[in-house]
Amino acid sequence: MVTRLDAKMFDSEAENTWCPGCGDFAILRSLKMALTDLDIAPHEALVVSGIGCGSKLPDYMHVNGYMTMHGRPLPVATGAKLANPDLQVIVVDGDGDAYGIGGNHFLHSCRRNPNITHIVEDNQIYGLTKGQYSPTSDLGFVTTTSPDGAIERSLLPVAVAIAAGATFIARTFAGDPRHMAAVIAEAIKHQGYSLVDVLQPCVTFNRVNTYDWYRQRVYKLEDDYDPTDLDAARARAYEWADRIPLGVIYRNDEVQTYEEQVLPLKAGSPLASTLKLQAEPAPGQYEPLKEQFL
Amino acid sequence: MIVEMAPQSTNDLSIMIGGDAGQGVESSGAGFALALARAGLHVFALQDYRSRIRGGHNFYQVRVGERPLYSHRDPVELLLALTPQSIPLHLHNMQEGAAVIFPQKWEDVDVSHLTKHGLKVDRLPLMEIAERHGSRLMLNTAVLAAASALTGFPLKYMEQVIRENFGRKSEELADTNAAVAQEAYDVTLDHFGDSFPHRIKPIEGAPKRMLMHGNEAIAFGALAGGCRFISAYPMTPATSIIEWLSAVPDDYGMVTKHAEDEIAAVCMALGASYTGARAMTATSGGGFSLMVEAMGLSGMTEVPLVIVEAQRGGPSTGLPTRTEQSDLLFMVHASQGEFPRIITAPGTIEQCFEAGWRAFNLADKYQCPVVVATDQALAANLRSLDMDTVDPEAVEIDRGATLTPDDVDTLSEEYRRFRFSDDGISPRAMPGRETAVLTVPSDEHDEHGHINEEPEVRIRMMQKRMQKLKTAEAEIKPPLLYGPEDADLTLVTWGSTTGNCLDAADEINAAGGSANVLQFIDIWPMPVDPVRHALDRCRRKVAVEQNYTGQLALLIRMTTGVAMDDVLTKYDGRPFSPREIIEGVGMEVASGNKA
Repeated sequence: MVTRLDAKMFDSEAENTWCPGCGDFAILRSLKMALTDLDIAPHEALVVSGIGCGSKLPDYMHVNGYMTMHGRPLPVATGAKLANPDLQVIVVDGDGDAYGIGGNHFLHSCRRNPNITHIVEDNQIYGLTKGQYSPTSDLGFVTTTSPDGAIERSLLPVAVAIAAGATFIARTFAGDPRHMAAVIAEAIKHQGYSLVDVLQPCVTFNRVNTYDWYRQRVYKLEDDYDPTDLDAARARAYEWADRIPLGVIYRNDEVQTYEEQVLPLKAGSPLASTLKLQAEPAPGQYEPLKEQFL
Repeated sequence: MIVEMAPQSTNDLSIMIGGDAGQGVESSGAGFALALARAGLHVFALQDYRSRIRGGHNFYQVRVGERPLYSHRDPVELLLALTPQSIPLHLHNMQEGAAVIFPQKWEDVDVSHLTKHGLKVDRLPLMEIAERHGSRLMLNTAVLAAASALTGFPLKYMEQVIRENFGRKSEELADTNAAVAQEAYDVTLDHFGDSFPHRIKPIEGAPKRMLMHGNEAIAFGALAGGCRFISAYPMTPATSIIEWLSAVPDDYGMVTKHAEDEIAAVCMALGASYTGARAMTATSGGGFSLMVEAMGLSGMTEVPLVIVEAQRGGPSTGLPTRTEQSDLLFMVHASQGEFPRIITAPGTIEQCFEAGWRAFNLADKYQCPVVVATDQALAANLRSLDMDTVDPEAVEIDRGATLTPDDVDTLSEEYRRFRFSDDGISPRAMPGRETAVLTVPSDEHDEHGHINEEPEVRIRMMQKRMQKLKTAEAEIKPPLLYGPEDADLTLVTWGSTTGNCLDAADEINAAGGSANVLQFIDIWPMPVDPVRHALDRCRRKVAVEQNYTGQLALLIRMTTGVAMDDVLTKYDGRPFSPREIIEGVGMEVASGNKA
């Protein structure tokens, strides 16, 4: 595919502070590759992040970005998409953001189906706060806040997303940047909410779920796997301990996006309306609304 | 029902409708108010209800007059009882010589007891009329019509409202209710003629008047100010803001989002605002508590944000349907760290309309959160307004240093989102153009928006952001003085209490006293010099507030060093009546707190 873009356009001058070997480097590279392949320029995309190591990604990339609060990038992204549907909106956050503190937004984004892509850097640990167990940490996982081993069962994000009504659910692995770029590109192309759960080793604080740990367990979904088969997807969603599926696990292209169903958007986006009024206020249009108070 | 010759009056009357939730107390009260407004009269209507859908006593109070009214008035001249319990419950609200309208079926009502209280009561077959036409649910219709007959108010106004209300359900229901109304009207007129001394007389040729509450005025103002996005989570008493905007016809392009919680609501508004749209959220204190962190995000990332905070009784769930002004200091200090914010507190419906659009100008110009602080009484109580008091023609859209895509295309140098400047304001681009790709971080950052913790950058960025508050001071409204400049008594107040104070001051002055009202509208940043100047000229300064601690008085003292002479507070969730204020300032101050 010939595009106008070069992945270098996305390079940022900011100093990168990730640990050497961090899975986030590969995610950053894959996202740039995916956008380049899809011919989406830095000014056409908006990357919204939460808080955590991986959420510094917008700083390390030349792109429109909003680095928000812990757990809150999804609603910020949803508002941005509703106000300006022309922006290609991508959320990048971590397992603590998406599945812990922001869990409510995750659930409702799944059923709401805004046309945004959600990349979760899932390293099964809180890295930036130096190693506490996360919603996806496995039972028995020893950290500073679980010194006797985690006694909560881990959340299965793919299963939750299916139950909550997500229309595109994929998993990929930071140890395989090519697979990751392809999956992210598919997710961006999907019309609706797309979840990409990325297995992303934290080389400093997670000494259990290492690159090797994942490599021994991950496998790519078979060529004849049908992601539109809900029952098949449910079965794969629960695979975790010994075998972990990678690829597009579920997709449903029959559901309208949230924005497509918002009737006032047909009159123009909030941004377009605001700009129009800014250029030429039209006070006369409000007179009819006064009638209802009579 | 009385026939005693109490003082006579025309178009100067308060009416109370009492009943159970689910009996149509609210629709009857609002209907009565609308009928009066259409008859050319001025109206103030107050709703008092509990946090439940069915059962529990509710009441509605409608005051009518020939000049603009700013508060309710106790005691009332007429009680319309939809339940027997309403009568003893409101005995203390009744004027000597007041009338009580209730169905004769309620044999348990102790007429002699009421008579002892100066109320001569008679029985009317209102329930029988309702039942004969098919349902006792139509008692409220019968009672409204009886009130019409009693006060000499032509039935046609009430009938029109009744027909409109029920016509939405079915024509048949509208006809039946109209028949109930006619019969109840005739029975009442036969019985009492024109013996009731308080009369309601339509004013022929009076201008058309709107009946509006503060939430509607804010929502309308926001729409007229170019707001095209609101995300909110239902919370009394703020809910009617998103409801009103959701009902705006789709061709206005008003996008409304009922979010999953208040955190999502405020974050969606921030996301929309980041793109350059005018966006808002609305909530009450509990929801605002959840929005606090995002308010700081707005401050740090300099993304404009408009939050309406309609206060209710706290703490926690508190008094969900009742009024209070106890979040003021919270709003001033909410969220960690220091950043500029603007708090504006309209006190009248007209001011609510203005605050609705002006908040967006302030947010755009100073790129910070703007809180429109109201309270339940202002948010929900209805007032009649002349048509031109809500004037979309007068709305100015001023976006300050907001760069449109066209502006961005013609930038002469590299764009820096957080560029240092003398006034603290950095031109804000909208994303979407090649020449201004912008990242805004919640971390401290440099001019380009890259995360940066170097001391010199931090210091300059803090100074830049805080400078905006100084710059904003030039257009911050000083407190408004109403009444004689050299009054002996100044009622210092804010929010809905302004209206109660205005009526109280009028009564004091009419009785030969000397009082004025000093209303604080823009509360943060505190306009220190004008406030000092205004307070210097006051003799006795009494802060009148619906809270326990006298928060405005504390804030004035904190920022100006000027202390009030007294603080009159009320925290039972019910708005001050003018009489309570007059008694409060004349006697010992209720809470005993001094600012």
